[in-house]
Amino acid sequence: MEVRKPKIKSLPYDEFKDNESLEKIVDELHEGGVNVVTGNLDSLINWGRSNSLWSLTFATSCCGIEFMACGCSRYDFSRFGFEVTRNSPRQADLIMCAGTITHKMAPALKRLYDEMAEPKYVVAVGGCAISGGPFKQSYHVVKGIEEIVPVDVFIPGCPPRPEAILYGMMQLQRKVKIEKFFGGANHKQTKAEAELGVSNEELMYGRGGKKPIVVTEVPQEFITELSENTENNKGKEEAK
Amino acid sequence: MKLNHLVFDFDKFAQEMQNLKDKKHFDFLVTIVGEDFGEEGLGCVYILENTENHERCSVKMLAKVIDGESVIPTVINIWKGADLLERECFDFLGIKFLGHPDMRRLFLRNDFKGYPLRKDFKASDEYSLDDDDEPDYGIEYSLDRDGHLQQKENKLFTSDDYVINIGPQHPSTHGVLRLQTVLNGETVKRIYPHLGYIHRGIEKMWESMTYPQTLALTDRLNYLCAMQQRHALVGVIEEAMEVELTDRIHYIRTIMDELQRLDSHLLFTSCCAQDLGALTAFLYGMRDREHVLNVMEETTGGRLIQNYYRIGGLQDDIDPNFVNNVKELCKYLRPMIKEYMDVFGDNIIAHNRLENVGPMSLADCINYGVTGPAGRASGWKNDVRKNHPYDMYDKVNFEQITFDTCDSMGRYLVHINEMYQSLDIIEQLIDNIPEGDFYVKQKPIIKVPEGQWYFSVEGAAGEFGVYLDSNGDKSPYRMKMRPMGLSLVGALDPMLRGQKIADLVTTGAAIDIVIPDIDR
Repeated sequence: MEVRKPKIKSLPYDEFKDNESLEKIVDELHEGGVNVVTGNLDSLINWGRSNSLWSLTFATSCCGIEFMACGCSRYDFSRFGFEVTRNSPRQADLIMCAGTITHKMAPALKRLYDEMAEPKYVVAVGGCAISGGPFKQSYHVVKGIEEIVPVDVFIPGCPPRPEAILYGMMQLQRKVKIEKFFGGANHKQTKAEAELGVSNEELMYGRGGKKPIVVTEVPQEFITELSENTENNKGKEEAK
Repeated sequence: MKLNHLVFDFDKFAQEMQNLKDKKHFDFLVTIVGEDFGEEGLGCVYILENTENHERCSVKMLAKVIDGESVIPTVINIWKGADLLERECFDFLGIKFLGHPDMRRLFLRNDFKGYPLRKDFKASDEYSLDDDDEPDYGIEYSLDRDGHLQQKENKLFTSDDYVINIGPQHPSTHGVLRLQTVLNGETVKRIYPHLGYIHRGIEKMWESMTYPQTLALTDRLNYLCAMQQRHALVGVIEEAMEVELTDRIHYIRTIMDELQRLDSHLLFTSCCAQDLGALTAFLYGMRDREHVLNVMEETTGGRLIQNYYRIGGLQDDIDPNFVNNVKELCKYLRPMIKEYMDVFGDNIIAHNRLENVGPMSLADCINYGVTGPAGRASGWKNDVRKNHPYDMYDKVNFEQITFDTCDSMGRYLVHINEMYQSLDIIEQLIDNIPEGDFYVKQKPIIKVPEGQWYFSVEGAAGEFGVYLDSNGDKSPYRMKMRPMGLSLVGALDPMLRGQKIADLVTTGAAIDIVIPDIDR
């Protein structure tokens, strides 16, 4: 078996102490017929984590039924290690937000997310969770859960087919696999912040949540220039 | 059904409604439609049914403005099912029902500003991530001698009540239902349902949509009854426009409705088993559901959201393999249904968990408006397919399944037996689908003549109806659904008083509630 050179971003291979004797030991063991793999602990742990993603059952509407179908005979996501669903946020790795989030539900979603232990992930399933979907013009629907919690994977569809949900979960696996579990900052929080219990939303957007970027006082010249440019472009396209 | 409203005086209203029930036997309150009539003010339309001869009538009652508030006398003492319906009108329109003991918001947050179904409502995108303050009392409004509005607070709980919240995030509530349960030890004393965690404001959105646009939203209510719900919506519009459909459309719609019923009932039997911890029956049911979905998918292209019916017919003709696939499905499913009984339904544990749980008598079922399989388990012959036949249902032979056990076991068995009936209906029709058009061409802009209509179909979990008030425009003035689950949730409290809390899960599973349908 081949010796895998550990790749650690912050620590070049040459800086490891005494690589030679380590490799020598491994070679000797191999010659003696012992199977030895060397690597870093991160990839081992992430291999394990990414193949046992436990999701919180948080199905508010239609997408939840497709999520159930995923778990049943035909699609069977236990092939990928997703089959354990938890009803308590304390035991879950990810929150699978399958369905519309309304204004009345928003505090509950936020609280469930905050109750989950790090490292935690959010998968937004379906048009409603992504942007409000067909209910975008409603007076009681949140226009995408990203306003409330940071989303790792979006799975579009109304509702997404089970194949799409599986694909989305595999994207999450990829994301988990490249993370650093040991050494270096863990994906979203610093140590101090983790101890303080600051939510990811606050980390990302500061206290008070996400603020929209509003552009004011655009110089008139810029606007005229912009409109001229687009007209010129149109002219060029027509010429072509 | 075109509605010709009866109108009563404000002072005589309660008495006249009592007379309708006592003398003319209108003992089933189908629904209450709250409506902003514009210049006439706010008001309600009550749709009633006589359960003996299945005659229906509607009563229009305009609210009287007293001290700046619109009020209507309550009918909760006549029909118990009016409880949640009146609270819904209060929530969406701000109509205060005199004598109703518990006027709280039902769907929206307590700090919600305004009443969304009023025509002058302005929506805002702002929402809070903090919990709202929930009052621990319901307000009862009444008029004093001088005709002024009085209010009295009715406490919901006593000081030594043990209250437990089940939901909104709970695996066995089938969605985001919240039941505030008052317990005495393990015994349920009272249940206060809190709804609206998936209230998406569909009825308000409809008012600004053209008729073809409105269709898209019904599939997403009870996503297991997509076909039937859209059937009710296109049905009411087609009835209002007096569209003559071809026989082919009638046949295909009936078959599709029954396939959808199979889909829903299969999921019901699976989830009912899973809620009681029987995972095998769940996996078996879901396995067979995929076969039903295959058949529908080949024609409609969708698994859950079918988008198949449209005003004037169907989106597309059936797939060339449809007839053969359906026949094979029928052949495949019959022995499978037997299998659910073998692995779950006939099991002694299932019998012990389901029998005598969540009892409700026939009289109560009618009083609370518990339609569908839950009502039929108490012996109420309430099948809309029999009582108000639409499409091919008066030309096919099928049996209306009823039980007189009045409990959860009966409800489970009604579902199982109805699957056989659905297969019977499909088999009678599938060989005889006549040639013809699958779509009767409509004008590019669909306008519905002035008037009010109500059309209902038998959904998988009860009667699903749509009330349409049109003023001749290209979008509806007011459309309201009669959800299948709302009356079932209202009936949870009387079903479960005195029962154990573990039976709450069983009863909830057996009456087949789907929350987005209740909340709309």
